[in-house]
Amino acid sequence: MADMILQVNHLSKSFGSHEVLRDIDFTVKKGDVTSIIGASGSGKSTLLRCINLLEIPTSGQILYHGQNVAARGVKAPEYRSHVGMVFQSFNLFNNMTVLENCIVGQVKVLKRSREEARQHALQYLEKVGMTPYINARPRQISGGQKQRVAIARALAMDPEVLLFDEPTSALDPEMVGEVLSVMRSLAQEGMTMLVVTHEMAFARDVSNHVVYMNQGVICEEGAPADLFGNPQKQETRDFLSRFRST
Amino acid sequence: MDKFSKLFADILKLWGKYGGSYLTGMRNTLVLALVGTVIGCIIGFVCGVLNTIPYTERDPLPKRIILKLVRVIVRVYVEVFRGTPMVLQAVFIYYGLPYFTDNAVKFTNIWLAAMIVVSINTGAYMAESVRGGIISIDPGQTEGAKAIGMTHVQTMLNVILPQALRNIMPQIGNNFIINVKDTSVMFIIGFPDFFAAHRAAVGASYLYFPSASVEMVGYLTMTLIASFLLRWVEKRLDGSSDYELVQTDQLTMTAGTYNHPNKGTPFDEHSLEYKEERRKRCGKGGR
Ligand SMILES: Nc1ncnc2c1ncn2[C@@H]1O[C@H](COP(=O)(O)OP(=O)(O)OP(=O)(O)O)[C@@H](O)[C@H]1O
Ligand SMILES: [Mg+2]
Repeated sequence: MADMILQVNHLSKSFGSHEVLRDIDFTVKKGDVTSIIGASGSGKSTLLRCINLLEIPTSGQILYHGQNVAARGVKAPEYRSHVGMVFQSFNLFNNMTVLENCIVGQVKVLKRSREEARQHALQYLEKVGMTPYINARPRQISGGQKQRVAIARALAMDPEVLLFDEPTSALDPEMVGEVLSVMRSLAQEGMTMLVVTHEMAFARDVSNHVVYMNQGVICEEGAPADLFGNPQKQETRDFLSRFRST
Repeated sequence: MDKFSKLFADILKLWGKYGGSYLTGMRNTLVLALVGTVIGCIIGFVCGVLNTIPYTERDPLPKRIILKLVRVIVRVYVEVFRGTPMVLQAVFIYYGLPYFTDNAVKFTNIWLAAMIVVSINTGAYMAESVRGGIISIDPGQTEGAKAIGMTHVQTMLNVILPQALRNIMPQIGNNFIINVKDTSVMFIIGFPDFFAAHRAAVGASYLYFPSASVEMVGYLTMTLIASFLLRWVEKRLDGSSDYELVQTDQLTMTAGTYNHPNKGTPFDEHSLEYKEERRKRCGKGGR
């Protein structure tokens, strides 16, 4: 099982008495593009945040190459540098230019030289089509452009897996396309991705695995053709039909 | 009108005799205010950072206890030094030390004593400003930094503090100007500042009002120059509002389909609104 990157076992998370995630099990293999879909409040973001240790799971294991990173005493920063995350609200550093946003982590965390980091950053900024804006500051670019920079920033760390939490939900409709097209090309290049999304077309066409979450549990999962074409559970059918009608 | 010409003549007379000591006083006042503000800011930053180190139930007990204790100590420091007059603090420290040590330890250097008092006093104010500056930075940026593997210290130094510093620049300026004026109380421990020059001059010449006029104009000049310089520094910190396009953007489809760079995007407000809206919807969906 050398190509197994993440294995989530019996993961649960409660906020106070509110149990948001219950007994979640799933795996991420190298090259997988997994989409997580589900209604608002079903715990998709919480799951992603647990995987990146931005939230500490109440119980259960997150095995990263077999090592349980949810255990006490694990150095979260070290682990996080291998697992990139792209947020709904971009979360760029407002005190830095686009280029510096993509350099700082490489220099401070990966201890790369500035020049090496710069070259690396430029390479990924080119990939997301942001080369023209390397000297701009976050407040000077559009939402879609910010999200592309956020993707380049995550990629520049050479993560093994990239988590996306509704990367296009905060964008105006005309900017959604540019971000999705970047994600699509990443998927084609074999990047391992875990994407929470409300873009059903993306889930269906780009991912090779779809997870449907409902009220804190994984209700159904499978290949996109099966899950969208022939859903087994009533909840899944209801959820998907709501999407078709809207 | 002749009152004014008399005042003018008196001022000239005063200046002729004590001009040198007024100028030295001004210099001392400025140096004391500047050093006090800088050291005070450093104290404030240290306190502000210590006060905002996050801890969770997952952290080991000793760490949590130490952090709690640190917060209490900072709190007490802030309340005590913000809540008592600086003139009393000066007396308290200047005379308190020899009192308690039976004159074994006392301030031989009046400069040192004055700088300590002004720094500690400013630090108490800055601690709160810095804390405010830190928590005003959108937590999303902290998460963004964590997500690429930065530690708390790295996040603070590279992302949060530079922005907090920029945001509290007006307060730092405020403190500096307050210090220029309020160091006048340091005459109580014999510090030779601008106000002390006034006391010396009137003691010998009895020209109270003319000397007070000199002081008024002198203080106002110092604070106006300080305001002006601070504005300039803030402008510099903000950097250029333009940037150069390096080449064309291949992914944006047509001009006009996205917010133009110069228009800016009110991203923080937007995302906050969005989160609120989300939360409401989540609340409904969660039941
Ligand atoms: N920090 C928190 N404290 C308390 N409750 C929380 C917290 N974060 C999330 N929740 C709750 O957990 C539930 C799941 O939230 P989550 O954000 O994971 O949903 P989601 O599936 O991502 O929804 P959406 O599609 O709207 O983003 C919600 O009911 C929410 O109120
Ligand atoms: Mg969410």
